Amino acid sequence: MEKPGPVTQGLKFVVLAFAVAVVLIPFWSVVATSLADQKTINDAGGGMVMWPGSGANLDSYAAVLSGGVVTRAVVVSIAVTVVGTLLSLAATAGLAYWLSRPGARGAKPVLMLVLGAVLFSPGLIPSYLVVKEFHLLDSWWSLILPVLVNAFNVIVMRAFFQELPKELFESAAIDGVGAGTILLRIVLPLSKAVLAVIGLFYAVAYWNAFFNALLYIQSSDKWPMALVLRTYVVNQTTIGGDQVGGAEALPPQLPLQMAILVIAIVPILLVYPFLQRHFAKGVMIGAVKG
Amino acid sequence: MVRTNSTREKNSAATTGSRTTPVTVTTSTRRRPRLTRDQALLVAIGLPGALALIVFHYVPLLGNVIAWQDYQPYLGLTESDWVGWQNFSFLWDGNPEFRNALWNTIVLTVIQTVLIFPVPLALALVLNSLAGERLKRTLQSILYLPHFLSWVIVVALFQQMLGNAGMLNTFLVQHDFPVLHIIGAPELFKALVTSQAIWKDAGWGTILFLAAISRIDQEQYEAAAVDGANSRQRLWHITLPALKGLIVLLLILRLGSSLSVGFEQILLQQGPVGLQASEVLDTWVYNNGILGGNWGTSAAAGLVKGLVGVLLVIGANKLAHVFGERGVYEK
Repeated sequence: MEKPGPVTQGLKFVVLAFAVAVVLIPFWSVVATSLADQKTINDAGGGMVMWPGSGANLDSYAAVLSGGVVTRAVVVSIAVTVVGTLLSLAATAGLAYWLSRPGARGAKPVLMLVLGAVLFSPGLIPSYLVVKEFHLLDSWWSLILPVLVNAFNVIVMRAFFQELPKELFESAAIDGVGAGTILLRIVLPLSKAVLAVIGLFYAVAYWNAFFNALLYIQSSDKWPMALVLRTYVVNQTTIGGDQVGGAEALPPQLPLQMAILVIAIVPILLVYPFLQRHFAKGVMIGAVKG
Repeated sequence: MVRTNSTREKNSAATTGSRTTPVTVTTSTRRRPRLTRDQALLVAIGLPGALALIVFHYVPLLGNVIAWQDYQPYLGLTESDWVGWQNFSFLWDGNPEFRNALWNTIVLTVIQTVLIFPVPLALALVLNSLAGERLKRTLQSILYLPHFLSWVIVVALFQQMLGNAGMLNTFLVQHDFPVLHIIGAPELFKALVTSQAIWKDAGWGTILFLAAISRIDQEQYEAAAVDGANSRQRLWHITLPALKGLIVLLLILRLGSSLSVGFEQILLQQGPVGLQASEVLDTWVYNNGILGGNWGTSAAAGLVKGLVGVLLVIGANKLAHVFGERGVYEK
């Protein structure tokens, strides 16, 4: 094949460089601003900076994490994410395993139920009323139970289980091994990739969950990160001493806000590289089988 | 799936003759207790997930009956009065707020389909034509990072970049340019939410296209090159036709959610922009129902929206079959 001309190559380079810059610059300046002191920010006209300068410090992080609403929200979000992800993975894998075994009793109507759940969404108002009827309003369970099982993830995982070599199941059955042992000894160890992908999707969803928190959580001492972000970063409500564990001299507002933003982004950046190599695979299974 | 497996087994047993039959009988009688135990176990580990779907997906689906009720929270579902189709009156009596929300939704749907949909495809084509596999991977990883951020974070980032005191405007002011009011300007709101959606998901959207491109038989390109096709012709006659099925599939799926245009994203930014420019069907349901207490009309609107989405998918799928594509499901 002949090489594309230099103009085409140059154009591609510009397009990609622009795309990458547009993604990375916001992160960079948010981190830089979260470390900056008042003087650096004043020098920059009171706005975001690209370089924290000589006055760089971790005061905003210390203030934000020293107790109060923000610290509590970090703890709530971590707890909801960990508990929710584990429960979701267990429920999803269990359901997918049931539906994946040939001849499993009751699997057919339940599979229809799962497919139907992908197709029809119940709507906001009735969902709210169900959560209310179960007395889950203002409880952290309202952030977990309504989203415990994602039907699409069940289908992805079922497809993965079905693609495991049939011979494994047959030889296990000949050896007299039951379904439970097959699941624990054969299926789950071979499914680490799909468990990792689905687990990541659940974890990210729990960490990011904003709307359910807005709907169901009323008292501010139960807020997860998303509501703190909306209140203090998006709506720019002033952060006082009460919100950050009563520090005497608060760092300037903008670095405080940016520190909250960084704290909300960091967990996603942490899990991202570990599981990234599995993304494409997991998405493809979903697209082909779903 | 289950049925095809078992019939296939039966067929093979029939063709191999009667010799195998006694063997199957003995094994199955010997293993029956184990099998029943396995069945019970399978149901037991699958049931919690199924129950969660029933309780939080199907019960609310049935709860949509409040669209035909004058629902009063203190009376509950069973005690509230039935009012027939009265709650659907916003559809024909021209409720101005609802019509405004409907109009904004349709405009955003069209804008987003026309402007957002092609971006991942274009990005995938550019990425694919890069030489180094390593560079391609790195760029891709950077580009689909924003997909994993929540809308709260994305909206906050955009504010800090484009807001009146944001990065862009600080730079402009320092260099004696006028301030650009981008955030909170009603006339720019649709452009803003569109660019946010592109920023967040364009990179993620490339995954499927790149995977599909990598499956194209390389010999086709070589043969075309031998026949004298230049790179643009190869793109037009090999790559794009190979992607046609996927493009149709994604467009259909998009139609199904087309009336859901960035709910969280828009709700977060409604304050400074005002409802006239920013209200869409989803936010109308939230504002009117949860905040306004008009449970019945909001449930009715949500129901109509969901039905229209399903109908759009079915219609688009029919259309795809007419044009000889596979669509989301066959037949």
